[in-house]
Amino acid sequence: MDPAAATGTAPPGTAHSPPAAPPNRPASDAASPAPPPGADLTSLRVVPARHYWRWIAGAAALVVVAQFAHGLLTNPAWDWGTFFAYLSTGTVLKAVWLTVQLTVYGTVLGFALGVVLAFMRLSRSPVLQTVAWTYIWAFRSIPLIVQLLFWFNLAYLYRELGVGIPFGPVFWRFETMNLVGAITAAVIGLALHQAAYAAEIVRAGVISVDPGQLESAAALGIPRLRQLRRVVLPQAMRSILPNAANEVVSLFKGTSIVSVMAIGELFYQVQVIYGRNGRVVPLLMVATVWYIVLTTVLSVVQYYVERHFARGAERTPPPTPLQRARGFVRALRAQAARPEIPVTPGGGALPRTAAAERSER
Amino acid sequence: MSTERGPMVDIRGVHKSFGPLEVLRGVDLQVRAGEVTVILGPSGSGKSTLLRSINHLERLNRGYVSIDGELIGYRRSGNKLHELKERDVLKQRTHIGFVFQNFNLFPHLTVVENVIEAPVSALGRTRRAALEQADVLLTRVGLADKADAYPRQLSGGQQQRVAIARALALEPKVLLFDEPTSALDPELVGEVLDVLKDLARTGTTMIVVTHEVGFAREVADTVVFMDDGLVVEAGRPSDVLDAPRHERTRAFLSKVL
Repeated sequence: MDPAAATGTAPPGTAHSPPAAPPNRPASDAASPAPPPGADLTSLRVVPARHYWRWIAGAAALVVVAQFAHGLLTNPAWDWGTFFAYLSTGTVLKAVWLTVQLTVYGTVLGFALGVVLAFMRLSRSPVLQTVAWTYIWAFRSIPLIVQLLFWFNLAYLYRELGVGIPFGPVFWRFETMNLVGAITAAVIGLALHQAAYAAEIVRAGVISVDPGQLESAAALGIPRLRQLRRVVLPQAMRSILPNAANEVVSLFKGTSIVSVMAIGELFYQVQVIYGRNGRVVPLLMVATVWYIVLTTVLSVVQYYVERHFARGAERTPPPTPLQRARGFVRALRAQAARPEIPVTPGGGALPRTAAAERSER
Repeated sequence: MSTERGPMVDIRGVHKSFGPLEVLRGVDLQVRAGEVTVILGPSGSGKSTLLRSINHLERLNRGYVSIDGELIGYRRSGNKLHELKERDVLKQRTHIGFVFQNFNLFPHLTVVENVIEAPVSALGRTRRAALEQADVLLTRVGLADKADAYPRQLSGGQQQRVAIARALALEPKVLLFDEPTSALDPELVGEVLDVLKDLARTGTTMIVVTHEVGFAREVADTVVFMDDGLVVEAGRPSDVLDAPRHERTRAFLSKVL
């Protein structure tokens, strides 16, 4: 208990006369005489501060976690048998693969179009600016699910699609029904939706780069496209990446929305299965675990890609988790070799070196 | 056309406004090849804008700049001036080296990559030739051992020396310096000025905007004093710095000396 709390709970009579020393502070501490001037204190042993409340809060949190884990293992309603039976069956794996494909197509096409839109908005042509702005305005306004159903029903609107000269003759004609199937409609919908968001993320990245960079590239006579590719985009990537990764993750889970078009992606497939056998919870867990696994893979990829684009940004790049783990083991060994040096609670050796490296900047 | 060689840099009647603010109000200035011109003047006198007009980082409202007889930013046909496209202006800029106050090195590229970027992408040199040249230039500014460092790992003075090597890599006809030492700690100013002095000795045509009056006295062939968007006076350092003819020059010098 800290001294302030102690005075707060004290009877009113003592409130105006502050206690000489808080009751829970060791008397020897308060009474310890000031060291004589010039005395050498470097040989004294340092006793780290003891954070009793932190320990209690930590223990309480662990109890809650333990309860939850216990529930997961002992409550028969989770039905782990069914879960494991379906986790890696062929139909589920096929559905996972389709989900991954939808995400990849949506991301690649969405970001490709998004980059084009971003540079249209940043261009000096008012026509391109307006077209890009309108596109982004429209596709951010329409809910994804509405858009998907719209593409799915494109054949109602245009029976045939053709390639030819605008307002002139048409050379090739296609039946819309044959050309735009459910999966194509889903990919188009996801990609167009994603492009509107990607455009803004890319634009944010580009305008975050110091204008002096473009100016010095221009002063050096570096060709325009090369200025963007070599000077601006690599620096813009630093602020684009975290947001872009967010978008990919949310698109990945967002693919579950195409289940409205009866496409056999992960979420649709588990719905079909639990519709048949009635085991709702274990099958939802199957979907959940796959979503978690793939998001985790993506997060790891994100970490290393970000690190790549951070080159030159810091004097000494922060250590990777692997390097940090190795450093931690080394610190522990060093401590074992010199037992008289107290261990900081929470094993603070590594966060502290990382912070020290950062402060060098 | 006369056979006598005209000035390397020819600035004629240059006007530049930012909205209602007239920054340059008719500047004329000629710089001969191999000479060092130092431009002095109070803040807001238009020194930096003039420098940026020379390589067309600023579009002019009136007047023109030519370098070695070539109009910058325009093409003349008959009695019309056609504005050049960005691509052609970029090509012209490879003849004009520019060193910024804030260095503007590319932070995600190493020192040597900074130096070879423009020779490779703007002049079409091979990477190998550019690397050999970069080694010579970095040795010249005393940073051959920092070739693989990133700019943020260097001191301000070192960064500015890299920026000078980067500008030299294009073998420009003229080098422009926009307050090259103003962003530096006092103890780092000397190392950058030493590089500038070395360039001056080897006959590089340079225009330097600076507040270092001592540097102007020691190195300049011509000192130009600007105030309020105009050249107030120009001449040999001994004349302008020691016996200024204009009251405004005297007032400025009495504040900085």
